[in-house]
Amino acid sequence: MKYLLVEDNQELARAICSRMSLDGHLVDHAALISEAVEYASVGEYDLILLDIMLPDGDGRSFLKQHRAGKNNTPVIVLTARSQVSDRISMLDLGADDYVTKPFDHAELQARCRAVLRRNAGTAQSTIRMGDVEFDPVGGHLTVKGKVIDLRNRELRLLELLMNARGQVFSKHKLVDRLFSYDDDVSENAVEVYVGRLRKHLEGSSVQIKTLRGLGYRLDHDG
Amino acid sequence: MTGDVVVSRSLRNRLAMILTGGAAVLAIVLFLVVRAYAAQIAQQGQDNILNASVSSILDAAVLRDGEVELDFPYAALSMLSTDADDRVFYAVYEDGALLSGYDGLDTQDDEAFRSMNYDGSTVRIATATRTLVGANVPRRVTVSVAQTQDALSGTLNRISTNVAVFGAGFFALATVLSFWATSTTIGQLRRLTTSVTRRGPQDLSPFTKPVPTEMGPLVGSLNNLMFRLDQSLKQSEEFIAEAAHRVRTPLATVRSYAEATFQRVENTENRDALRSMMRAIDESSRAAGQLLDHAMVTFRAENLDRIDVDLNDLLRDLVQRMTPVADMRDVDFILDAAAPAHLHGDPILLQNAFRNLIDNALKYAPADSIVTVRVQTAPDLSVSVTDQGKGFPPSEINKLADRFVRGSDTDGQIGSGLGLTIARDVAAAHGGALILSNRSEGGACATLQF
Repeated sequence: MKYLLVEDNQELARAICSRMSLDGHLVDHAALISEAVEYASVGEYDLILLDIMLPDGDGRSFLKQHRAGKNNTPVIVLTARSQVSDRISMLDLGADDYVTKPFDHAELQARCRAVLRRNAGTAQSTIRMGDVEFDPVGGHLTVKGKVIDLRNRELRLLELLMNARGQVFSKHKLVDRLFSYDDDVSENAVEVYVGRLRKHLEGSSVQIKTLRGLGYRLDHDG
Repeated sequence: MTGDVVVSRSLRNRLAMILTGGAAVLAIVLFLVVRAYAAQIAQQGQDNILNASVSSILDAAVLRDGEVELDFPYAALSMLSTDADDRVFYAVYEDGALLSGYDGLDTQDDEAFRSMNYDGSTVRIATATRTLVGANVPRRVTVSVAQTQDALSGTLNRISTNVAVFGAGFFALATVLSFWATSTTIGQLRRLTTSVTRRGPQDLSPFTKPVPTEMGPLVGSLNNLMFRLDQSLKQSEEFIAEAAHRVRTPLATVRSYAEATFQRVENTENRDALRSMMRAIDESSRAAGQLLDHAMVTFRAENLDRIDVDLNDLLRDLVQRMTPVADMRDVDFILDAAAPAHLHGDPILLQNAFRNLIDNALKYAPADSIVTVRVQTAPDLSVSVTDQGKGFPPSEINKLADRFVRGSDTDGQIGSGLGLTIARDVAAAHGGALILSNRSEGGACATLQF
């Protein structure tokens, strides 16, 4: 996915970019509204993350302009305000969702995913592997013509493994990615989701291999 | 807002008292003056007749052969006859000795008129002296005529009664007028008071209606005060928003870095440190957000912005917005809303209350479970949020909605202790209640009943 991040705080922007690329997304960063307008007019983005208070104006004016220009790229607003009425007015202006700072990256990711799914059709990003077709946006897996709806954690696990096929993921790395830092889960919880995925992938050319003491890896025959 | 005011006596009563008191004094003074004047004029009339009577008697006195001779003119007495049958006394003296008439009317001084008590009645006496010059010695003839004052006091009483009636009428009229004047004056004040009290607490616009000159400075100060209040409210609102922005942005930076680092660090000790750091950040930002929300709820609850709210729409929207968060933990929502449910209420407050209940349910719901949001219209309109967690601690269920109270078994969940307080306050502002219960099959159920 290709994201445009409009955020004037350089540190925060760098942190978001680094975390986003960890999840396999491409992020362009604009620090000003004028820059954002330029980026948006040139690049084709799947999603725009927009801060509201920017040095050269209010993010809401960008939003208005953006919507008036018949640009359908979904927008998620990053706001440091928390007043409910403020949130509502942002949704009225055409934002697809909002996240209140400071935010959990997992929540931001979840909201991005939900917004992308609602706006599906613009972005088709099916990953194909052997006889398996995986649509991370729509959240379904097609194995030999049979469509399976994935639960959220199954989906995230499969997305992780598919985006870095051949790479070995340790159990604790997977726990970090699938659960919030606050969830009190043991590494065995990962086995549950790996087990579920294996069941979905049964009979296909794609397999999740266990490397004893190291972790898991996605392989496919041929 | 409290309306404690130290009240002294009513302005209206004071004004009315002064005006009617003044009218009463005026009426009494009027009565006394008119009565005294009338008495004076009546007395003058009697005196004139007495004088004429005395003169005509004196005129009749002649000196014949050195003797004083007086042919008493009866007209002198008949001119004194009155309706009240006043008695008339006379006395003629020659060089101080009684010549004829009633004794005891003699005069030592030379007053022409005087009043005295005679024979049990008050009489008015006119006295005149004439010196008859004869052959050898001059003779002084003195005549006194006295008359009782029955007719006079009768006249005076009549006049007094009339004046009293007139004075009372004047007093009554003045009282009515003073009440009318007071009401008109106070009416202006009352109109201003009404227009002040009828305003909502958020209406801080200046008064533009014309007011009487005397009230100008008061209304001016009021307008000035409201302008400054408005300014300071706006400023504090902006300040809060700005402060929130200034605090949250660096927190967001720190949190993002901590999270990014957390993904890379392997050492357990470092990971624990980062975990505590993120917890602290989440705690503080959540507390700040909830405090602001609570302040806003308290502020708005005093002056509800009511419109017709479709609860089903509102909840559908809310559930959709919360779904990504629920998805993260593989929790599913069920929105059970069959019948149309409308409520005359403040949508922003209601949304805030429901969001807090759903937030709570999501926090305590186990993975792969269901959170049910149910709208019921019978017997009462209610919205309940049910999870499949372990429920509220039964011993604390009655205290959980109190401010800053959190359950003892929150398992280190991040919270401010304000979520249920907000929900309860919003319910109360809409004339409803928050009911917390545990389901027999397990799980907590929070219901907003209207």
